[in-house]
Amino acid sequence: MAKMNMLQAINNALDLAMAKDDGVVCFGEDVGHFGGVFRATSKLQEKYGKARCFNTPLTEQGIAGFANGMASQGMKPVAEIQFADYIFPAFDQIVNETAKFRYRSGNEFNVGGLVFRTPYGGGIAGGHYHSQSPEAYFAHTPGLKIVVPRDPHQAKGLLLAAIACPDPVIFFEPKKLYRASIGEVPEEYYELPIGKAEVLQQGKDVTVLAWGAQMEIVQKAVDMAAEHGVSCEVIDLRSILPWDADTVADSVKKTGRLVINHEAPLTGGFAGEIAATIQKMCFLHLESPIERVCGLDTPYPLALEKEYVADHLKTFEAIMRSVNF
Amino acid sequence: MTNPNNATITTVHRAAFTAGDALKIPTSRILKDDGNLYDGAELPTLDQATALKMYDTMVFTRVLDERMLAAQRQGRISFYMQCLGEEGATVGSAAALTEQDMIMAQYREQGALRYRGFSLEQFMNQLFSNELDLGKGRQMPVHYGSQAINYMTISSPLGTQIPQASGYAYAQKLRGLDAITLCYFGEGAASEGDFHAGMNMAAVHKAPVIFFCRNNGYAISTPANEQFVGDGIACRGVGYGMKTLRVDGADILAVYQATKMAREYALAHHEPVLIESIAYRLGAHSSSDDPSGYRSKEEEALWRKNDPIARFKAWLLRQGWLDEAADKAKTEQLRVDILDALKVAEKVAKPGIEHLISDVYAEPIPALQQQLDELKQHIRKYPDAYPITAGRFE
Repeated sequence: MAKMNMLQAINNALDLAMAKDDGVVCFGEDVGHFGGVFRATSKLQEKYGKARCFNTPLTEQGIAGFANGMASQGMKPVAEIQFADYIFPAFDQIVNETAKFRYRSGNEFNVGGLVFRTPYGGGIAGGHYHSQSPEAYFAHTPGLKIVVPRDPHQAKGLLLAAIACPDPVIFFEPKKLYRASIGEVPEEYYELPIGKAEVLQQGKDVTVLAWGAQMEIVQKAVDMAAEHGVSCEVIDLRSILPWDADTVADSVKKTGRLVINHEAPLTGGFAGEIAATIQKMCFLHLESPIERVCGLDTPYPLALEKEYVADHLKTFEAIMRSVNF
Repeated sequence: MTNPNNATITTVHRAAFTAGDALKIPTSRILKDDGNLYDGAELPTLDQATALKMYDTMVFTRVLDERMLAAQRQGRISFYMQCLGEEGATVGSAAALTEQDMIMAQYREQGALRYRGFSLEQFMNQLFSNELDLGKGRQMPVHYGSQAINYMTISSPLGTQIPQASGYAYAQKLRGLDAITLCYFGEGAASEGDFHAGMNMAAVHKAPVIFFCRNNGYAISTPANEQFVGDGIACRGVGYGMKTLRVDGADILAVYQATKMAREYALAHHEPVLIESIAYRLGAHSSSDDPSGYRSKEEEALWRKNDPIARFKAWLLRQGWLDEAADKAKTEQLRVDILDALKVAEKVAKPGIEHLISDVYAEPIPALQQQLDELKQHIRKYPDAYPITAGRFE
């Protein structure tokens, strides 16, 4: 075990993946010698050469298209989109190409092994072009897998699993936690399962569900609720697509209540999908309406970020509303 | 860094325009309409067997197109796209490659696919989206693809294959393969952002890819002069710093020679090459299109004379490599074979219901399996409403 922050854990995962398999290639804007604007690819060019870790021109659709082509040849491109806010020029390549490559060819070709790494989310005073959480757009696209880690240990294991995955993966990295989240991380190669949620805390009164950077927010709210005698079960969804409905439903059948928290705006957010599925799976077990604590239906603000975000106090209030319904 | 702007500075002391048409890009032509060579034209190295394969492939493409457009008009298939007028460009370029080279086409390059060995049965199975289709009946007609012959499955969105070709070729280079990628697209698709993205990525990362632009004058109804203002598409290659060729697309020998040259260069230097082929889309854009709404019969008649097959045939006859009577009989037999294959393929069953969810992922995710199970229950209840699949599963 070693103490690492999330960036170091990601860098370590990429290093191990590149050492293990010649087909793993990292690229994106400023990813080469500089090591990325957040330094996630630091030293990789030095170690594996310019052919396998390089800068690209400023063209997200080009990066995505290039990655699709490489992956269809059998390599494992790990393409960085510098901010998730800038993934949209690549939307067509990801939604119409990456996601449908295997399906449309009848399995003649596929882009398994392709990973789009991209920092997402707020909390860095980034305003609406450096703070978005666009996972729901991609969750509406069959063929993609979507993963969001909550800490360094998770980031390393899930990223290695994403690179090994036979399906293309979008790996959303909570940039707020890049340096803030520090933890013990095994130094060797390991994978964590994609598509499996993790119950982080057992409880009996209400299930609280989130992912990524919001896990520490909801933990704060859950601790506050505990002081009020409320026992929360805490689940990290980890994968948005496919998402682990069974683990969530099992929990809600036990607690009878569900609070979902995400950074992205409420309307059309992934919490809506979870709520719809869980009300069907758990209808006779529910004691209160499913609560959603999300961003407002506005662009992500700058000066008023604190007011906007789905913070611990809003989450605490939702937990109490749910148990007192 | 001695030249941080990566630009050559030729100093003048008063600003001076460089005109948009400053480049004079030559267009190579070898064969005249009558099958004679132009003065000074140099024949590419070409043996009789290869020449005849090229000719047969062009004829196959044209006869297939005629027959399948008719099948679409009869309501037997839903959609079709002809290559008419561009057989020389697609077959000539494909013939200049090796079988290890990847082809990433747009959708009108069935000649290249046939040259690679896609069988008549495979064409028919795709066109009828039956259970023998390699694509499992998922895409509209003409969206062919085959891993075995290095022909990437067609995608409808325009130009998306361009940056993909750059990435594929880069991977070929990294793997040390003796192979390149050839990417087809039209002059209309060259307006897409993916064109710029793919060209620039290939140039910067030195990917051995040939970008083969079929400038055929029209993007559905939009003529090239409403698509762009610059001198064709070729001038853009120069802008991306890549070697560029322009060729008469109705002259299969010129196309063959140019593509051979481009392949050799791309492979030796690990660099992309842009080829612009100048031809004319003689047919409609697709079976859903009617060109009489946007261009004149006179214009079409003029270009009809510029027939790549007739031109090459005249040369083959002069060479003494083709027997007119045997050729005629062969073409007649081909018409029969195509009709026979059509009749077989249209009776083959559609793909089974499991292929609704297969290949979305390497293995179906739990939600997909559940959705399929629910669907099967529903179909069992209303079998008459779902005749293709009802009764075909347990």
